Amino acid sequence: MSPTAIERREFLKVTMGAGGGLLIGFYLPVGNEAQAAMPAAVFAPNAFVRIAPDETVTVVVNHSEMGQGVYTSLPMLLADELDADWTKVRFEPAPVDPVYNHPVYGVQMTGGSTSTWSGFEQFRKAGAVARAVLVAAAAQQWNVEAEKCRTEKGFVIGQGAGQRVSYGALATKAALLKPPEQVALKDPKDFQLIGKPLKRLDTREKTNGKAVFGLDVNLPGMLVAVVARPPVFGAKVKTFDGAKASAITGVRKVVEVPSGVAVIADGFWAAKRGRDALQIEWDEGAMADFSSRSQREQYAALARQDGLQARKEGDAASALAGAGKKIEAVYEVPYLSHAMMEPLNCVVDLRADSCEIWTGTQFQTGDRMAAAQISGLKPEQVQIHTTLLGGGFGRRANPNADFVGEAVHVAKAAGKPVKVIWTREDDMRGGYYRPAYYHALAGCLDANGAPLAWSHHIVGQSIIEGTPFAMMIKNGIDETSVEGASDLPYAIPNISVQYHPTKNGVPVLWWRSVGHSHNAFVKESFFDELCAAGGKDPYQTRRALLANHPRERGVLDIVAEKSGWGKPLPAGRGRGIAVHASFESFAAHVAEVSVDENGKVRVHRVVCAVDCGRYVNPGIIEAQIEGAAIFGITAALFDELTFDKGRLQQSNFHDYPMLRINETPEIEVHVVRNEEKPGGIGEPGVPCAAPAVGNAIFAATGKRVRKLPMRMAEAV
Amino acid sequence: MISFRVNGKAVNLEVDPAMPLLWALRENLQLTGTKYGCGMAQCGACTVHIDGEAVRSCVAPVSRVAGREVTTIEGISPDLTHPLQRAWIELDVPQCGYCQSGQIMSAAVLLREKPHPTDEEIDEAMTGNICRCGTYPRIRRAIHRAADMMAERGAK
Repeated sequence: MSPTAIERREFLKVTMGAGGGLLIGFYLPVGNEAQAAMPAAVFAPNAFVRIAPDETVTVVVNHSEMGQGVYTSLPMLLADELDADWTKVRFEPAPVDPVYNHPVYGVQMTGGSTSTWSGFEQFRKAGAVARAVLVAAAAQQWNVEAEKCRTEKGFVIGQGAGQRVSYGALATKAALLKPPEQVALKDPKDFQLIGKPLKRLDTREKTNGKAVFGLDVNLPGMLVAVVARPPVFGAKVKTFDGAKASAITGVRKVVEVPSGVAVIADGFWAAKRGRDALQIEWDEGAMADFSSRSQREQYAALARQDGLQARKEGDAASALAGAGKKIEAVYEVPYLSHAMMEPLNCVVDLRADSCEIWTGTQFQTGDRMAAAQISGLKPEQVQIHTTLLGGGFGRRANPNADFVGEAVHVAKAAGKPVKVIWTREDDMRGGYYRPAYYHALAGCLDANGAPLAWSHHIVGQSIIEGTPFAMMIKNGIDETSVEGASDLPYAIPNISVQYHPTKNGVPVLWWRSVGHSHNAFVKESFFDELCAAGGKDPYQTRRALLANHPRERGVLDIVAEKSGWGKPLPAGRGRGIAVHASFESFAAHVAEVSVDENGKVRVHRVVCAVDCGRYVNPGIIEAQIEGAAIFGITAALFDELTFDKGRLQQSNFHDYPMLRINETPEIEVHVVRNEEKPGGIGEPGVPCAAPAVGNAIFAATGKRVRKLPMRMAEAV
Repeated sequence: MISFRVNGKAVNLEVDPAMPLLWALRENLQLTGTKYGCGMAQCGACTVHIDGEAVRSCVAPVSRVAGREVTTIEGISPDLTHPLQRAWIELDVPQCGYCQSGQIMSAAVLLREKPHPTDEEIDEAMTGNICRCGTYPRIRRAIHRAADMMAERGAK
């Protein structure tokens, strides 16, 4: 039993025994298409906040905590409107229930850097409703008008002598009152918590080993399974011999499941040894000959044809055929693994009439639907305990529910609670990668050296094709493939962006910053090429062509100023600049780089600026932007997944390296303070890292690297 | 039967002697603060101390600790009072938090051997610990902060 589950059950018992506490529920606006696709919600009172007689304020959070700080930022929103005593505020992961659906997506999920902005009103309203009821309860107690009462740090205070009562003391009384339908929210100038760098609520348990991730869940009598999955995507088990595996001490069962062959044992070590002892003959299927090399040739051929028009301004083809100076370039990015530190895992306790799941997921609704379908139970018989996520980056939001669905299949065979553990190799080879893309660009300059035309062909797989999200595809164009390219902000008179969707059997998925993860690299690098071709300064040229984009310009100016743009650098160093809008926020980087005689790239310093509108917790934002820069540099310098004969050639951190502390640059983050509509923060810090580094390499060496990961041997 | 001490308590385990210590800690002793990340001593998430030395428990067979003293993150302090824990909390180091047990266990050995580490010494000691969230700048600051706390405590 996980400590989380124990605590929740004990809490419920305690509060019921004590005659209740305050439960505040309200209904969220529903009515989008995804919501309609889900089964009708049974009536259930729902709660985002609970106030106990012991003064504890528990905020139930419907977004998964994967490091981005939602277990702090969302409670801050609620606690501010509640006028809670912040030291009494706790968080609790929400169960799976339609009332916890994402207010924009209509399903319960965490992704797209949307948690804080989509919860901005939702959590504030929940807090304001709770506050109104507490005030009403106190007013009733004192027989005064509610308007005569105010609230402060967990107390309702009246105007009469001795009129001061704590929220905890009011909880039981307040629970009997009907919450108001409408409540007024604070004027932002009255915020007490929102906008302050409060400490995270989950740090203590993350420094003493007590934090419970999916992999840490232990149930009584639980077994552990390790699954042999196909060596080639789409391969099926032809025959297998489990005799050697079954002979290993601790192995209980060897069973075929749709994804392969599961070895179920008393613990991980026996299960893993058993899995390694399996003899399986695979029918390798259509992907048996797949290779990255042939894919590249196919993509290059496609890029020379006409694609789907994602953006058209003026007439790029005619301009490019004209007299201006013309440059062409091909950019390439590889498949990437999310490589969360916690490999995939899932615990399932399947009974005749229930299915309980413990896992670190970003997509509770999809996982519940899959588990219901596989188990033959009703969705409401499936419960999901969302644990902490040891990183997510999109991998744990899978419309195909791969790691959860498989675990339910294994549980059907296990007959006992079972934890499916993926080894690092299993995780890396299990698919759902950032797709590889091939970009062909052409641009030309006018007589003054200013960009006149921009043509961009994007070739690669759609992430949402074939998933329930495919309804988002418009005119054949998956926005997640072209985002950050089709919305090129620069004032260039002739623009053409075309998309060539491709299909193959490599499963792909959103990877932190999604389309922006490659399109920003290409867009900002090629723009730099145009600047160089025209003999123009990359900062000033960007600035000039962003006249109608003040927020991009704003962050650009900050990084230019703070990095000392234009000032001399030590010999061998260069500065590169990049700016990019994504997830309703705006980011810019200046990277300072050198390249040694062996071609090794060293990033010395990165200056970042981000404008995410009105913010909740600048401390968390700073941490996200620091980490995102490191995430982006890792992809820029190190990582690629490649295939040969259908097989992935990488398997673990020795051949898919991560940036380490000794390679980490000095990182400086500047957060813009304004009152714009809140935007995202988990992803917007990633896209600028690669182009800033690439542009800095060009500044330092005169060589352009157009392929990720960057290798100086491939520079031109 | 393999007998050793974990966080000061004697334990006896009837397990495959070749099984990595990591799984004995996590599954047999329910000490889940020590994490699995790679299984090949590449990431450091499984770092524990064996007789005070930082060891990657994912590749150390449990037989290796017979008769020895193992310290895990759960044993580094009973109440979050270790200077590294205090510094980690003060500087809000963790994001997802998964790697942080290993980071703290590696840093603890560093600080014992070098009470005032330079940035280069921190790099050297901490290079074996990956953080995918990218908390390295804060880890560096927190190690310096913990060193200061230890010096203050020593001075009293």
